[in-house]
Amino acid sequence: MTANDYLQIGLYLAVLLLLVKPLGAYMALVFADTPNRVTRAGGGIERGIYRLCGIQADEDMGWRRYAGAMLLFNVSGLLVVYALQRLQLWLPLNPQHFGAVSADSAMNTAISFATNTNWQGYGGESTMSYLTQMLGLAVQNFLSAATGIAVLIAVIRGFSRRSASGLGNFWVDLTRSTLYLLLPLSLLMTLLLVSQGVVQNFRPYLDVPVVQTATVSEPVMDAAGNPEKDAAGNAVMKPVRVSTQTLPMGPAASQIAIKQLGTNGGGFFNVNSAHPFENPTPLSDFLELLAILLIPASLCYTFGAMVGDRRQGWSLLAVMLVIFIPLLLACTAAEQAGNPLLTQLGVDQHASALQAGGNMEGKETRFGIVDSTLWATATTAASNGSVNAMHDSFTPLGGLVPMWLIQLGEVIFGGVGSGLYGMLAFAVVAVFIAGLMVGRTPEYLGKKIEAYEMKMASLAVLIPCALVVIGTAIAVMVPAGAAGVANPGAHGFSEMLYAVSSASNNNGSAFAGLSANTPFWNVLLGVCMFLARYPLIVAMLAMAGALAAKRHVPESAGTLPTHTPLFVTLLACVVIVVGALTFLPALALGPIVESLSGH
Amino acid sequence: MSKLLRQSFVLLLLMTVITGVLYPLAATGLAQLIFPRQANGSLIVQDGKPVGSVLIGQSFTDPKYFWGRPSATTPNPYNASASSGSNLGPTNPALTDTVRQRIAALRAVDPGNTAPVPVDLVTASGSGLDPEISPAAAQYQLARVAKARGLGTAQVQALVSEFTRGRQLGVLGEPRVNVLQLNLALDAHRFASSPPRGED
Repeated sequence: MTANDYLQIGLYLAVLLLLVKPLGAYMALVFADTPNRVTRAGGGIERGIYRLCGIQADEDMGWRRYAGAMLLFNVSGLLVVYALQRLQLWLPLNPQHFGAVSADSAMNTAISFATNTNWQGYGGESTMSYLTQMLGLAVQNFLSAATGIAVLIAVIRGFSRRSASGLGNFWVDLTRSTLYLLLPLSLLMTLLLVSQGVVQNFRPYLDVPVVQTATVSEPVMDAAGNPEKDAAGNAVMKPVRVSTQTLPMGPAASQIAIKQLGTNGGGFFNVNSAHPFENPTPLSDFLELLAILLIPASLCYTFGAMVGDRRQGWSLLAVMLVIFIPLLLACTAAEQAGNPLLTQLGVDQHASALQAGGNMEGKETRFGIVDSTLWATATTAASNGSVNAMHDSFTPLGGLVPMWLIQLGEVIFGGVGSGLYGMLAFAVVAVFIAGLMVGRTPEYLGKKIEAYEMKMASLAVLIPCALVVIGTAIAVMVPAGAAGVANPGAHGFSEMLYAVSSASNNNGSAFAGLSANTPFWNVLLGVCMFLARYPLIVAMLAMAGALAAKRHVPESAGTLPTHTPLFVTLLACVVIVVGALTFLPALALGPIVESLSGH
Repeated sequence: MSKLLRQSFVLLLLMTVITGVLYPLAATGLAQLIFPRQANGSLIVQDGKPVGSVLIGQSFTDPKYFWGRPSATTPNPYNASASSGSNLGPTNPALTDTVRQRIAALRAVDPGNTAPVPVDLVTASGSGLDPEISPAAAQYQLARVAKARGLGTAQVQALVSEFTRGRQLGVLGEPRVNVLQLNLALDAHRFASSPPRGED
C-alpha cells in the first residue's frame, strides 16, 4: 500500500466520524416523541400530508399494526414498480422507446428496489424509461430507505420505552425520515454531484461524431431480433462503420444522490458509479462514498441518544469499525499488489508518482486502487451495493473481502436502519452468550432478554445465513444456475455464491459477469431478497414489541456493561464467528481455492 | 384494515409525487440554473457543435493518437449507450490472452519501445468509457505519437501536461490525462501551426 492509500482512507474515516454526532443528534430530534424545533419547522407540510391520508399522527401502533402498515405500504410500492416497467412503452417520458420489461425481470426489480437491495439484472440506460426510473425506482430508493429507518426507530423504542404497548406510528416515522432527512440531504448531494459533472436533464440521448471512425463486426439480426446463424451455427457478422457515439442523458444526479444516501445502490447507468456520468471525479467519488456510510454510522449516535446513554451508540459504532478497518486494509493490499499473471507478461503494476499500479482490470483511472477498494468495502459493509469498480475482476482475496462483508449479515454499518437493527439482534445474542458464561439472566439496556426475544433475535441472525446457503446449493444443482456463469473454475462458483449472498442480505452488488437476467436467477434472487427483508423485519418488530412491554430492570452488580471494550470485543467476535462458521466452507471452494491455485 | 389500506394508498401517492416528481424537477431546475454545462454532459463544443464529452472516452487505435483504456463494451469499444466492464476474473485465461494481444498491438506500432507497459493501458476500465489514462500510460506513448505526427517530443509533452490533472484537492483520486481532449488538441495543433518536421 502507498502513503496516499493511507492518507485517503484516513481522510475518509475522519470526515465520516466528524459527521456522526451532528447528524445523529439531528435524527434523534426528527424521531423524538415530543415536538421540537425540527418537527415544528416542517410541521405544516407534515400535517397536510396526514390530513390528506387520514392519518392520526398520535396513534401509537402496537408491533403487529406497525408491521402490518409497513408490509401493506411496501407491497403496494412493489406493485407500482412492477406495473410501471410492464407498461412503460405506453407511458410518457420514454424518449428511447424502450419496450415492456419481461415479467420475471420486472418482478425481480420491483422486489429488489422495494427491499432496499437494488440488485440489477438489467442495464439502466438500455432498459428503463425516464418515467420508470423516476416514479418507480427513485421513489422506492426513498421509501425503502425510510422504511428501514422507521423500523429501526421502532426497535429502539422497544428498548427505550417501559411497560408500553406501542412502538410509535409507522406513517409518521416514514414521513419524517423522508421529509426531514432523506429529501434535504439528497437535494444538497444532487447539486454537489452535478457540480462535478453528473448529468441531470430530461434530454434524449445525444449523438456526437467520433474523432477516429472505425469499422467493427456486428452480428446480423433477423426480424425477431435474434442473431442469425450460418450453416455451421456461427453467428453471421457484418462490418459496421462506427462514426458516432451516443451519449446517454437523463435525471441521473437526483437518483444517484438518494441511491447512495439511502444505501440503495441501484445505478442509473449499467456500470453504476464506475460510469463517468454517474461518478465523474475523485471528489464526486468521495462524496458518494461518504453518503454510503453517513446515515448508517450516524444512526448509532441516534440510538445512543434515544436510549439515554450515548456510550451505547458509540460502542456499536466501535464494533463496526473494528471489523471494517482490517478488512478494508486487506482488500486494498490485495488489489495494490496486482495480478502476478500480468507481471509475467511484462505489465508494470508498481505504484509510482505516475500511476496507481495494482490490479486495474475493471477499475477507472481516476479512482485507481484505493478509491476502488474503499468503495468496495464500504458498499458491502453497508448494504448499499453500488460499485465504482467491477468486483468480478478483483484479485481472489480482494474479492473475498466484499463477499464476506455481505455474508456477515449486513450489520457492519449495514443498510440505513436495517444495519443497526441487525446489529441489535447480534447484541442481544451477545449478551445472552455472556449471560450463559456467568450464569445470570441476560439483560440489555435495562430489559431482560428472555426466551421469546432470543428466538426473534436468532431468527433475524439466521434467516439471511439460511437463504445464502440454501439458495447457493439450489443454484449449483440446477443447470439453469450454472448456465449464467461467465468465468471458468472456482471463480464461476464465486459468482453464484456472491449473487445469492448479495440478494439474501439485501446488498445488491454483484460479480457482474454472471448473466442473472434469466427466469431462473430472477426468481431465485427475487425470493431471497423478499424473504431476507420482510420476515426479518417482522421478527425484529415482534422482539421490540415484547421488550417495550417489559419493565425497566435497574442496573445491578451482576449486569454486564455494554459500553466497554470488553463488550465491543465480545460482540465483534459473535458477528465474526457466526459469519466465519457459516461461510468459510463455501468461501474455501470459491475465492480461497482460486487464490491458492492461480496466484 | 380498510383504514390502513386508505392511509397506505394515499401516502404512497403523495410520496410518489414528492420524491418522484417534485424532487427530480426541483433538482433539474436548480442544476440547469447553477451548473448547466455539467448537468448536460460536460460537452466539448467546436464550431457550435458538440464533438464529444470531456467525461466519456472514445476509441483510438491509430498510432498518431494517444490510446485510452481498453474498453469491454459491445458491440464496439466505447459504446456509450451500453457501459460495461469485462468482468473477467483474475485467473481467467481469457484475461491473460486479451492482455497479451493488447501488449502485442502496442508493440507493433512502436517496435523500439521495450519498456514494461503501464497496467492501465492493457486492462479494461470498469465502465468501458474511462476518459483518462495514467500519466505513465501517456509517457509510454509519447514518442510514438510525436513520431507519427512529425512533432517534437517537447511539443507533445507540453500538450500532455496541459491535459494532465493531479489529485483533486491534492489528495483525492489519482493523477490522470484526458485522452479525448489531448487528441483533439493534437489534431487542432496540426492546423494551427505548421510544425517543424523532424525536429526533436
